[in-house]
Amino acid sequence: MIVRISDDALALACGADAVAEAFAKKGHEVHRVSSWGMHWLEPLVEVNGVGWGPVTTDRVDEICDGKADDICIGPVEAHPFIAGQQRLTFARAGKTRPTSIDDYEATGGWEGWKRARTMDPADIIREVTESGLRGRGGAGFPAGIKWKTVADAKNPRKYVVVNADEGDSGTFADRMLMEGDPFQLIEGMAIAAYAVGAQTAYIYTRSEYPHAIAKMEEAIRKAAPIISPLHMEVRTGAGAYVCGEETSLLNSLEGKRGEVRAKPPLPALEGFMGCPTVVNNVLTMAAIPHILAEGGAEEYAKLGIDRSKGTMPIQIAGNIKHGGLYEVAFGIPLSKLIYDIGGGTQSGRPVKAVQVGGPLGAYIHPDQFDIPFDYEAYAQADALIGHAGITVFDDTADMGAMARFAMEFCAAESCGKCTPCRIGAVRGVEIIDRIRHGGRKRDTIELAPVMHNAPKDAGRLPEQEVGLLTDLCETMKFGSLCALGGFTPYPVMSALKHWPEDFFGKGQEQKALDETTA
Amino acid sequence: MSSKEQKIGEIIAEHHGREGPLLPILHDVQKEFGFVDAEAETLIAKGLNLTRADVHGVVSFYHDFHQQPDPRPEVQICRAEACKARGVEALMADAETAAGNRVKLKTVYCLGLCSVGPNARVGDDLHARLDAAGLTKVIENAR
Repeated sequence: MIVRISDDALALACGADAVAEAFAKKGHEVHRVSSWGMHWLEPLVEVNGVGWGPVTTDRVDEICDGKADDICIGPVEAHPFIAGQQRLTFARAGKTRPTSIDDYEATGGWEGWKRARTMDPADIIREVTESGLRGRGGAGFPAGIKWKTVADAKNPRKYVVVNADEGDSGTFADRMLMEGDPFQLIEGMAIAAYAVGAQTAYIYTRSEYPHAIAKMEEAIRKAAPIISPLHMEVRTGAGAYVCGEETSLLNSLEGKRGEVRAKPPLPALEGFMGCPTVVNNVLTMAAIPHILAEGGAEEYAKLGIDRSKGTMPIQIAGNIKHGGLYEVAFGIPLSKLIYDIGGGTQSGRPVKAVQVGGPLGAYIHPDQFDIPFDYEAYAQADALIGHAGITVFDDTADMGAMARFAMEFCAAESCGKCTPCRIGAVRGVEIIDRIRHGGRKRDTIELAPVMHNAPKDAGRLPEQEVGLLTDLCETMKFGSLCALGGFTPYPVMSALKHWPEDFFGKGQEQKALDETTA
Repeated sequence: MSSKEQKIGEIIAEHHGREGPLLPILHDVQKEFGFVDAEAETLIAKGLNLTRADVHGVVSFYHDFHQQPDPRPEVQICRAEACKARGVEALMADAETAAGNRVKLKTVYCLGLCSVGPNARVGDDLHARLDAAGLTKVIENAR
């Protein structure tokens, strides 16, 4: 019999290789396929459409006999987690062998590319614009307008760069797509390059994703004759979060420090090597083949709400019972994602907070869970969708500590180019520490007799420190060059707003200690 | 010509035709020697017609590149938000005890396995759903 087991990195981390080996030893034909995205069931074993998960090697015999009922989930495609989704970008997830070009063709692969090649590049760009596709990396900028800017630029040398530097905690859709359906990304890139007139296309990804790199490289080798003469290449970053910011990414790709560039000039006009460059996220590019296939653009634009069109692969992560990838049209409320689909917390405790949009996204309080998944609705709630990662925390989470971590992360990962981020983040950690430790006492310099203009009182109360933190966050938000410094205030201020009790008086013992040593 | 000089020369030659070859070269040099020191920086600078300051600026910017050798096996533990939500911080004391001086623990922010954390990586091997015992075993088995 044919046994299907994923070789996605997450399935491997959960022990898929050992399970696959056990089935192979029994003489079964094992197909290593992409992951369905039901992560709590990995390693998931599928035989004739029926699934078992999570499977350990000692259950292999029972599964061969059609038993192991306690871990059987029945027909995989009918599982409520799968049946409730609207899969476009991840339509092949769980169904194909990732680097099999035959599997890809048999499931509608290259349809968009074939049609695009019969079209005028300007018409392709018009279709992408009409589909309403917005950049899936976080900023939500309309893809068609970006492409048009590059296409209209005068320079004959142009580039397509895919931002696969998915550094946000709580996000894994880019990784899953590269590992599970690499040809779809290649097809999208080929269409983009043809539409704007680029000769070279790069995928810049992270060194933390070795499996995705290997799969992409293998797929590019196999697809080379189809996309020729376009040259395509994978480039690996070196562990710098800020390189997910498009201008840092371009510097890094050029072999420089990953410092952000001031905009303008836009990368669409002066990007890689100073030439016009399309920089799109993996999910944006992967949505392109579907849009370019016959009638795809119209179908795409029908999904979603208002100005948020199409589907979004939402990544449900953190302390959640049923975590994984859930692709659905925009507009789904957060409560449905967390409770109905996610099944609540893994620990069984009440949900305390949900961070949407990675480490730079706001912490959302359960009172706001009816907010629909839509760019504008989130902006209105002083939050952001980002790369659509949602990370769930239970009531044991210390939100003051999480706010401190946000500042600490920004300080560790700042590229150093602009002052609000480079210095603001360090000061942010210090202020949060002082709030948690009962305010600030006069320091040794202020106590020195020559400092006669120094404040005579005891320093600052925690409440006064909050004013300082608010000011600092405003400065970072409006003064930083890129999203790292500019968005770090979201997790910090949202945590302070909803859970102030997690900030004050956390370190009374520390305060007592300070007083005795003062 | 020392063998190091020769090897670095070969790596540079291999990447020379690429656009922006410095990062791929640094990755290969680090893979070959385990670190990128001042000597390597000088050789790469010469090969690419850059100043050593240019190369050093890049080496020191990225978390992946090390400037000194460290022969210990490395275990990367994800301590970003999603793994924190699943309790990685509570495992760190045990992890440090298990590591001692033999294993180097490195904090990374996100291995992309956020729904099955806490996670760790040793080389290209990934480990998910770790508890204290599981993480201790991963660290003890790291070579």
